[in-house]
Amino acid sequence: MQLTVWTYEGPPHVGAMRIAAAMKNVHYVLHAPQGDTYADLLFTMIERRDTRPPVTYTTFQARDLGGDTAELFKNAARDAYERFKPDALIVGSSCTAELIQDDPGGLAQALDLPIPVIPLELPAYQRKENWGAAETFYRIARTLTRPRDEATRADGRRPSCNILGPTTLGFRHRDDLTEITALLTAMGIEINVVAPLGATPADMSRLADADFNVVLYPEVASITASWLQRTYGQKQTREMPIGVAGTRAFIKEVAELAGIEVPKEIENRARLPWYSRSVDSTYLTGKRVFIFGDASHAIAAARVASREIGMKVVGLGTYSREFAREIREAAASYDVEPLITDDYLDVEVAIAAAAPELVLGSQMERHIAKRLGVPCAVISAPVHVQDFPARYSPQMGFEGANVLFDTFVHPLMMGLEEHLIGMFRGDFEFRDGIAPSHLGGSAPAQEAPAPVVVAADGGAQVAWTLDAEKELRKIPFFVRGKARRNTEKFALERGTTRIDVETLYEAKAHYGR
Amino acid sequence: MSLPLCDDRPGPSLRQERGQREVFCGLTGIVWLHRKIQDAFFLVVGSRTCAHLIQSAAGVMIFAEPRFATAIIEERDLAGLADIDAELDCVVGRLIERRPDIKMLFLVGSCPSEVIKLDLSRAAQRLSQTLMPQVRVLSYSGSGIETTFTQGEDACLAALVAQCAPMPEQAEPSLLVVGALADAVEDQFRRYFEQMGLTRVDFLPARHAADMPAIGPKTRFLLAQPFLSDTARALEERGAIHIPALFPLGVEGTEAWLRAAATVFNVGEQVFQNTISSAIARAEASLHRAREKLAGRSLFFFPDSQLEVPIARFLSRELGMELTEIGVPYLHRRHLAAELDLLPDHVQIVEGQDVEQQLDRCRALKPDLTVCGLGLANPLEAEGFSTKWSIELVFTPVQGFEQAADLAELFTRPLMRRALLEV
Repeated sequence: MQLTVWTYEGPPHVGAMRIAAAMKNVHYVLHAPQGDTYADLLFTMIERRDTRPPVTYTTFQARDLGGDTAELFKNAARDAYERFKPDALIVGSSCTAELIQDDPGGLAQALDLPIPVIPLELPAYQRKENWGAAETFYRIARTLTRPRDEATRADGRRPSCNILGPTTLGFRHRDDLTEITALLTAMGIEINVVAPLGATPADMSRLADADFNVVLYPEVASITASWLQRTYGQKQTREMPIGVAGTRAFIKEVAELAGIEVPKEIENRARLPWYSRSVDSTYLTGKRVFIFGDASHAIAAARVASREIGMKVVGLGTYSREFAREIREAAASYDVEPLITDDYLDVEVAIAAAAPELVLGSQMERHIAKRLGVPCAVISAPVHVQDFPARYSPQMGFEGANVLFDTFVHPLMMGLEEHLIGMFRGDFEFRDGIAPSHLGGSAPAQEAPAPVVVAADGGAQVAWTLDAEKELRKIPFFVRGKARRNTEKFALERGTTRIDVETLYEAKAHYGR
Repeated sequence: MSLPLCDDRPGPSLRQERGQREVFCGLTGIVWLHRKIQDAFFLVVGSRTCAHLIQSAAGVMIFAEPRFATAIIEERDLAGLADIDAELDCVVGRLIERRPDIKMLFLVGSCPSEVIKLDLSRAAQRLSQTLMPQVRVLSYSGSGIETTFTQGEDACLAALVAQCAPMPEQAEPSLLVVGALADAVEDQFRRYFEQMGLTRVDFLPARHAADMPAIGPKTRFLLAQPFLSDTARALEERGAIHIPALFPLGVEGTEAWLRAAATVFNVGEQVFQNTISSAIARAEASLHRAREKLAGRSLFFFPDSQLEVPIARFLSRELGMELTEIGVPYLHRRHLAAELDLLPDHVQIVEGQDVEQQLDRCRALKPDLTVCGLGLANPLEAEGFSTKWSIELVFTPVQGFEQAADLAELFTRPLMRRALLEV
């Protein structure tokens, strides 16, 4: 049993809904109690979708449990077929229906419908939303994909690819898809199928006709892409086209897979490199940034923040346990401990301990950052209505890199403002810990009064003089905790039990970056 | 088949329908109950779906540290690899340690916990023994297989009633108002009762765990919400006496509701009029403006909160709207008897739901305004229908004279907005 305040991912059947709702002419019959229909509003409210997701719920109640819930399922599936006339039906259970073991797959097969029926086994007590999405996409591909049409191998044809991974309720999938489609088209590559977003069952049957697969979101598409590689020999991309370097690496990889040259002037809209080099960005140097999100977005954000904007990564983590290895490798390269957890309370503790100046996370980290008084930008699902902006706002490609520059920088205090606060700490308007003036002053984080005597490891104690305590207050609030700890550690290592202003500055020189 | 609901006139008729229900489960009530009882914590014992539902249902992520959480049942709990009681004790221990301010803990049952027959009332007793007097532990079920949306509040309050202290035999009769109300509305009602000379008035739930009212045969209770059948039954089992009344929605409903209490407590007519006359005059003046916008407009209700019948009565009688279909998840005929009597002839009430067929009927009827849940609102808007999301009827202070115009405004706004937009 796990205590959960907020959850990063929904149950696996919500992942299956994201696939069904992304596709066309597919219907999902879900064996589930009433109440599970809440999931519809994720689509109609958060994403502002103008049609209901193509899902029929059996909505059984307690009184049905003594009777025939299997019959209820069969009726629901039959009615859904008659009403919606889909080209393929996917069927499965939510968490409660899993416990009553009605076997929706077998029941639906017994109906003898004239369309493919794809049963899903999504263990709700072990797995979560992204896994459910990936598994559903894989099952659909396995059922529907046919061997390659040899006519597509004719000489003189342009190289072609599928784009795999975009779904409904994905973080900026709509705009990423537009950006990457334009990029691939500019490279002279034909797009065979985009899936699951916008794909019909007929499109899914043609997946094998492409020369290779672009895996846009590994969380959703990597199982399917690996199966396509094993079965039909289609190679797949590994690079995430996020940030300038990421996009360059992606272009290079695609060019190799397609056997073509990288076209010139493909970077003509990339503004991030100059924005980062322009002198006003100097103040971003070494800004302490904590990053948490799905694995792909978190790893990419760390690379952009550190190597393209010049910040310092002080924490990196993910809730995607399936991608723990990738996060560990990335964290090692920044010399930080990887944080792999789906426990919101653990993330909160880790952020507070790292004392970052900027948090890049999901909507959940936005709350943590707000409470700690630290600026925050959202870079990953779980999604919120604000993550579906009306404007074009991709994360991928060169325009995506431009968007990321703005996203990371705008929550921060501007350079000169930060300097003035550093100089005039008692200023009544530019107070310590207050939000940047262009964002309206939200309540600053209140620091608890510091204890004068602290017990450190091994029971030894150090005391701060009043002057040293005052001097400590002049250090910016977001690094003050760290400065306090470092000074105490420094003092203890030297056998000093009394910290005065001298000790503070000696420690500062010792640990200076 | 439609059945008549009134003996003496054509009246509204009732049809029952079965099929896909597009409604929340009772867990959703936690969203407002945890704000109402300020030192209570709600721990759902359920699945990741339950946690995801509460998080998504009302966009509640505005509360960075809410007083609710989910103990998520995992594979090893189901497989018997873990002692589920020990696991629950451990989760509760961690919770209480983190939130020492909690005085009352509700263990809330869910679909999975009901299906595996997890006995939460026994768990609550066991935990109460170790945690009292600091924390009282109660349990109820908000599962979707047993409860629809607002029935979660009913189950919660029924559990609270069982824990309320007995009222001394020699006590004077006292009034109990049952059902969570916005604090501002509760304060208004309290003032009216004071002006009428009623000194012993309690509200259930109280705002703090320690202030829950005593209950006994001298308790006379008014229901503030139409979805409290189990709570009413629990109160009656303890000897409390129900005061039947309209629900306090609109001027007519509020006046009748207050009058029912005034009659039971022998408040003189002059005192009663002095208490309410200025509020009624204010409310009627502001309703007049809304009436101009709503009169003659047709209205269709999808089932949601069980507030549908009293709200339909208000919109039809005080604002002149034309009722088409009134969908309700469940119809409590005794508590709604007075309300049903006031509905116009030939109104179709549909209990239960088959959402696809109901959508077909709604499209055929082309109502001017459709009241529906969040899953249906945007799709219907995209088809050209004006909609009012029903969850707002639960999350907005709408009861009482001073809120009558606010309630009306919830219905005028979608129509005005549609007229306003040029794109």
